[in-house]
This record gives sequence, structure tokens and C-alpha cells, in this order.
Amino acid sequence: MRHSGDQILAINLEPRLSWRTIKSIVMTTFMIGAFVAITIPLFAIVWSLVSHGVAVVSRSFPDFFTATIPVVSRRSGPGMGPAILGTLLCTGGATLIAVPLGILGAIYLNEYGRTSMFARLVRFMAMVMTGVPSIVMGLFVYVLWTMRFGYSAFGGALALACLMLPIVIGATEQMLRLVPDHMREAAFALGASKSRVILLVVLPAALPGIISGCLLAIARAAGETAPLLFTVGAATAYNPHLFEDANTALSVQIFGNATSSFAAAQERAWGAALTLVVLTFLLTLIARVIAARFAAKR
Amino acid sequence: MAEIDLRGAPAHADRAFRGIAIGAAALVLLVLALIAIEMSSRMGPVLDRMGFDYFTSRRWSPAERLFGALPFLWGTLYTALIALLLSVPVSLMVALFVTQVATPRLRKPIVYVLDLLAVVPSVVYGLWGVLVLAAPLQRIYTNIHEAVDGIPVLQSIFGDTPQGRSFMTAGVILAIMITPIITSLAREVIDTTPQSEKEAAYALGATRWEMIRASVLPHSKGGLVGAVMLGLGRAMGETIAAALVIGSSIGQITINAFAPGNSMPAVIANEWGEANDLHKSAMIALALFLFVITIVVNLVSSAIVQRSLQRGRGKL
Repeated sequence: MRHSGDQILAINLEPRLSWRTIKSIVMTTFMIGAFVAITIPLFAIVWSLVSHGVAVVSRSFPDFFTATIPVVSRRSGPGMGPAILGTLLCTGGATLIAVPLGILGAIYLNEYGRTSMFARLVRFMAMVMTGVPSIVMGLFVYVLWTMRFGYSAFGGALALACLMLPIVIGATEQMLRLVPDHMREAAFALGASKSRVILLVVLPAALPGIISGCLLAIARAAGETAPLLFTVGAATAYNPHLFEDANTALSVQIFGNATSSFAAAQERAWGAALTLVVLTFLLTLIARVIAARFAAKR
Repeated sequence: MAEIDLRGAPAHADRAFRGIAIGAAALVLLVLALIAIEMSSRMGPVLDRMGFDYFTSRRWSPAERLFGALPFLWGTLYTALIALLLSVPVSLMVALFVTQVATPRLRKPIVYVLDLLAVVPSVVYGLWGVLVLAAPLQRIYTNIHEAVDGIPVLQSIFGDTPQGRSFMTAGVILAIMITPIITSLAREVIDTTPQSEKEAAYALGATRWEMIRASVLPHSKGGLVGAVMLGLGRAMGETIAAALVIGSSIGQITINAFAPGNSMPAVIANEWGEANDLHKSAMIALALFLFVITIVVNLVSSAIVQRSLQRGRGKL
């Protein structure tokens, strides 16, 4: 008896590697492996951008950012100035259209409509609209605007604005929802009208979050190509006019030069890609910093 | 003491402001309706020319004024399918890693990597795909092709590869692009699993993987399906990256993933520059076709995700 009791006490209570534990460990390893797998393309792309792009940009610095684009694409040498201006015009124009309208739309959804049928419909359709392919927006604006008024940076701005609108609405509504009701009630109790409460109390309280959401939308729009392909046309010289004549953009230049068989054109594509990625990463970074500050304050 | 006027002007201003806000919200519906109306009004020329053949013909030849959209529909579905097959397992594993394994401190850099992947412009993915990735991929394709030569089904899927640009290359690039989208939605869905259900599984002696199988996955199944479908919608609509790496062949309907092909958005982006009116009308019809498909996919997936998230929160 005694002997067998000793045997029981001698059972090893340390976790044994049963097949169940092994399976769990293997699956956890797969999860880590999956994460490592998705970092590989990111690093590979960043590496290609830096190794190709920096060489091109630094060889003709700062001309690369200011010179005009060579008319003959096989000619080597710098020039993405007009494309940088075009990207800023299109993205800036889109921001001026989509951000105010998007914020107003979100104000309706969260402050007026709430759970009404119409608000629910708009909310759902905005979500659906986020998934509309950017090329469809491009062709839509081509049919609506470009066929009537010709190529211009504004056409590109319209197409980008269509893409940004649902993103701005979604981000803003989420931020407005975070504003506590007692702030609204306190302002109402002081006799403020509803529009004043919204504009002077609710909006300022949610502003950092809204700005961060809008910056993310702008970053996405700045990198878009397909909406611009049909609406801004092709130019190689500076065109500072928003409403007149063909323009160009960084993304359009990258697309055009990527399939070129000339080394000079490919080099310009890398330089333009580096410029565009730095621009979008910067916007995203600023958005993250603002969002983090905002979150910390709460 | 100043008197506060509680009547008159504020009411007007209020009503006006409310009207403006409603108008801005209605813009969403207006734009979607205008897309459908304006674009279908430009389909006339190609439908007059082709009739219903537009949807069933395999022949797309602008020079002969023949436009059959079928090969591009095939290319769109095939590349999206490849992208999903590559991306879904990885996305789900990463989402599980972020939510169930990683410590809060580790979570931040992971989310950061996903965010960066999501902001890289699609044209940059395309540029990298065509100038960097295509050449080594072609060597891999050739090796795979030789390895499966003689095996019935596999040898037709992994067939001959004339160049590095193909359905498969487009699928790989699309997979990289939709992974952050699927992952972030899957994270959101998985996060709604109640702590109590997870602890219940652990209390029964489950290992971590058993807990995930028993508590997390059944709870978030619906939402995960929705997340995958949203990824499908994105993959089908992605234009520029696909246009650069898919190979731009005309009229290919083949199961050979290594063959160059074309997809609906890619053919529009590649052929628009030199198109005449009839050709443009054919491509606008293609875009409208794509619009309808993606809208349906998005409607269904949004509904599934939304319902699953609400049910998840309700249980909390």
C-alpha cells in the first residue's frame, strides 16, 4: 500500500508535452510565422523604394522635385515638379470638397438622424460606397464632368472627393459618438440652440479625432491612380490652374513610367514612388500622433 | 444683464443648418444613384453593337469592333480567388496572433506594420510587382511547372509561363494588398468574443488553440465570412496594381494561373488611352458591370459583418 502511494506522489506535475500542447504550440508558431510573412513584402517594398528612389532623387537634388517632366520619356534626367504640384492640387481640391461635406453628413447622422430610417440608410450606403472601386469613381467623373468640361485637376479632385466622402463620414461619426451626452446637455441647459451646441461644443470636443481621420482619408486619396487616369489628362509642364487644361500627378506618372522599357523612365518612376510614399506615410504619421494625443487626453 | 433671445433667428439658423447637414448626408445616396444613371446612359453604343453577346462573347477586339467581356470577368474572379486563397489563412492567423497571443506592448508594432501595408499606394505595389517581383516569380513558376509536369489537374493549373506577369502575380500582389483589410476587420470581429467564453474553455483545460477553436472561432464565424467577402470586393475592384502585373493578354480564359491574363479594371486602365468612342463605351459598361458586382459583394458582406458585430456586442 505504502509503496503504491509513493508512486502516486511521484507523478510528475510539470506540464507534459501532450499532442494537444504540441498542436497549440505549432499553431501559435504559425501565427507568428504569418505575421513575419506579411512584414516581408513591406520591408522588400521599402527597401526597393529606398535603394532605387534615393539614388535617383539624390543624383539630381533638388531638381528632381522642381524640374519639369521630360517630354520624351526615354530621355534621362530629373523632373517630377509638375506631378508633385498636380498631386497637391487634386488632393487639396478633393479635401476642400469632401471634408466639409463629410463632416456635415456625419453631423446629420449622429446629431439629427441617429436611428431614423434615413440615417440608417445613409450609414449603410456610405459603408457600401467605401467599397466602390476607385476606377468606377474615375469613369463616373469622366462621364459626369470630363466629357463636358475637358481634362483638369478639378476633375481629379472630384473623383478623389467621391472616394474620400464615405471615409470622412465614417471616421467623423465615430468621433462624434465618443462625445459624452452631458456636454450637449450642459450647453442646451445654458440656452444654446442645437446648431450652436454642435458647432461650438460637440465639434471642438471631437476635433482631434476628426482631423486624424481626415488625414488618413487624404493619405489614401493622394496615392490613388485610377480616378485620375481618366480625369486629369497628361501634361509634362507646370499647370497651376485647378479648372483649366490637362494636368498630371505623381501616381499617374508612376503608372505611365512603370511599364516603360527605358531605364530613364523607370528611374523616374522609382523617384516619384519614393516621393509619393514619403508623402502618404507623413500624413499617416501626423494622423497617428494626433490620434494618440487625443486618446491620451481622454 | 443681457437678455437672451430664445425666439426667431436661432430657429431659422437651426433649421438651415439641419437642412445643410441632411443635404450633405443625402449626397452619398445621390452619388451612388448618379453613378448608376450616368454610366448606364453611356452604355448605348456598345449594347447596340453587341447586344447580349457583350456578356457572353470571348472575343474582345477593338480593331474589329467586337467587345466580349467574358475573359475579363474570368480574370477578375480568378485573380480575386487566388488572392483570397493566399491572403485569408495569413490574415486570420495574424488577427488571432494580435488578439489572442500578443501582449498589449507587442500589439502596437504589429498594428503599425498592418497600417503601413494599408497606406502604400496601389501604384507602388504595382511598380514593385512589375520591376522587382516579376522576374524571380517567373523562375519560381518555371520550377513549379516542371515539378508538377505530368500530374493531371496540377499541370494545367500550374502551366507554362511565358513571362513573370500573370494571373498568379496579380493574385500575389492583390493578396498583399487585401491582407491588412481582412486582418483589421477580423480583429474587430474576434475582439467581440466575450472573455467569459474564453475563460470557460480554459477552465475546462483547453490549450490556447483549443480555446480558439471552441470559443473564438464559433463566436466570430459570421463576421469572419463577412471580412473575407469585403476583401474579395477589394480584390475585384483593385485596378492599378493588377493592370501593371497581370500581363494584359486579350481573350484568355484559362485555368493556367501562370498565364498572362486581364481583369475588368485592368483592361480599362490599360486601353483607355487609345480608345475611340465605341471602345470607351464598352469600357464604361465594363466599369458599371464591376460596380454592380462589387456593390452586391459589399452589401452582403457589410450586412454580415454588421449583424455579427451587433450580436457580439449584445452578448457582452
